[in-house]
Amino acid sequence: MTAERYVVVVNGECPTCALVRPALGSRFDVVDEDESLEFSYEYEIETVPTLLKFTHGEVVERTVGWSRDIWRKITGIEDLGEGLPEHRPGCGSRALEVPKPIDTTHLKSRRVAIGSAEDDIEACIARGWSDGLPVVPPTPERVARMLAGTKRDAQEIVAEIPPDLAPCTVEKVAINAVMAGCESSYLPVVLAAVEAACTDEFNMHGLLATTYFSGPVIVVNGPIAKRIGMNSGVNVLGQGNRANSSIGRALQLLIRNVGGGRPGGVDRATLGNPGKLSFCFAEDEDNSPWEPLAEGDAVTLFCGEGPRGVVDQISRTPESLAKSFAACLRTVAHPKLVLGFDAMLIVSPEHASRFRHAGWTKQRLRDEIYANLNIHGSELVRGAGGIEEGLPEGFKDATLPKFRPEGLLIVHAGGGAGLFSAIVGGWVAGATGSQTVTRAIGD
Amino acid sequence: MTELLDPTSEREPSHRPLAARPDSLEGKTVGLLDISKPRGDVFLDEVQAALESKGVKVERFKKPTFTKPAPPDLRHEIETKCDLVIEALAD
Repeated sequence: MTAERYVVVVNGECPTCALVRPALGSRFDVVDEDESLEFSYEYEIETVPTLLKFTHGEVVERTVGWSRDIWRKITGIEDLGEGLPEHRPGCGSRALEVPKPIDTTHLKSRRVAIGSAEDDIEACIARGWSDGLPVVPPTPERVARMLAGTKRDAQEIVAEIPPDLAPCTVEKVAINAVMAGCESSYLPVVLAAVEAACTDEFNMHGLLATTYFSGPVIVVNGPIAKRIGMNSGVNVLGQGNRANSSIGRALQLLIRNVGGGRPGGVDRATLGNPGKLSFCFAEDEDNSPWEPLAEGDAVTLFCGEGPRGVVDQISRTPESLAKSFAACLRTVAHPKLVLGFDAMLIVSPEHASRFRHAGWTKQRLRDEIYANLNIHGSELVRGAGGIEEGLPEGFKDATLPKFRPEGLLIVHAGGGAGLFSAIVGGWVAGATGSQTVTRAIGD
Repeated sequence: MTELLDPTSEREPSHRPLAARPDSLEGKTVGLLDISKPRGDVFLDEVQAALESKGVKVERFKKPTFTKPAPPDLRHEIETKCDLVIEALAD
């Protein structure tokens, strides 16, 4: 490479370019009509003509438009543009106003051609890639833009996704995130959720295969929740927020498409629940009287069924409200079944204010709930209360807690008005079933 | 023409033929696998009695939990000891 090089960017429609160009001779490299805009993006060309002086491959000087004195000074060519006017303004280029062309050559996934007469959304559904709702067609450009949301390499393996235990790359996560409707800023959350779901502790395989209602419930903590616009307030468990709706959906699409887990296939749910489309929300940390479910940017995965309401509009003391929670929590799975199912209690701001005013910590609330859920075996055994479901007769003299010690999660979320909280019942609790898993959200 | 990226694991669906069925159970060992669902043992007890009354040798196995696939060691043990297996899948 020669030490110095001069490049002039011109466009045929620009009168000043037309004036200058014949004067350039062979001493300049000319970039004419940069249609791909690659050069224009790299060197931020906003005006033609632009003169760039390179030394050892780096731009050391530049000027725009035509000024005979400046061009002569930069190039050191004393007679440059002899006979041309002293000065002419250049023309504006809108190169930087159009979307940057996207390189998709690094994407490794199989390319599926869609016929010209085929609707691309219908084509995705026909290929079995959908959860029943339309998906965003995963074009290479959309996937490349999605991948800009993470610093991780597109070909890095994130996890082996059950039930097929198929290795899943960051790229496959991005494809399914596109289909689910995610923005690229959500991708790190989806990646962390996939990692958490595919641990032996969480046991996504069993959770998928079960005849029970449950599916993965994702709680997001940390500043990232606000940064990507997640909802932790009004209608927190409902519709209407893109991040909440699409992050959980992306995980389910990955289980379906990469893992091969489909309803009626390995997914044997008797009834299922609508949260199996997406069940994802952020904890309201700002207004919470308690420490968050997880510290920093993190996802927590819980094996949950649909939420059920807890109504208590009368209690003014924390003791009374804790008893209400306990009474409702006893019904998780069945009032006569204990220790088999965990639960998540989502305490709304108005209910939480009872505990804030009384100075109750989260642990105090948990302790009070447990104290009200030690149940005598005579109420639990088969036949008790005229109900055949229950524990074997041998437990009739025992006193048993409803939940195992780590079996009750407490989260703060919801709108500012309403003396309601919610219970999300779990699935088979503990090492033989599913354990709650928290994963930090990376870049 | 639109091109989309395949969101799946790109594994071609593989056809897995059923294992060859024996003509008779004479001289065979039958494994009975309880997956730890309630009352699976009740069902398998009946199957065991029926098989043993016909002189068929029976081996019993149990998965640690119904929620997870059988551990590799258990699968290996069944494969080593038995010619065929009957699984009690549901409650």
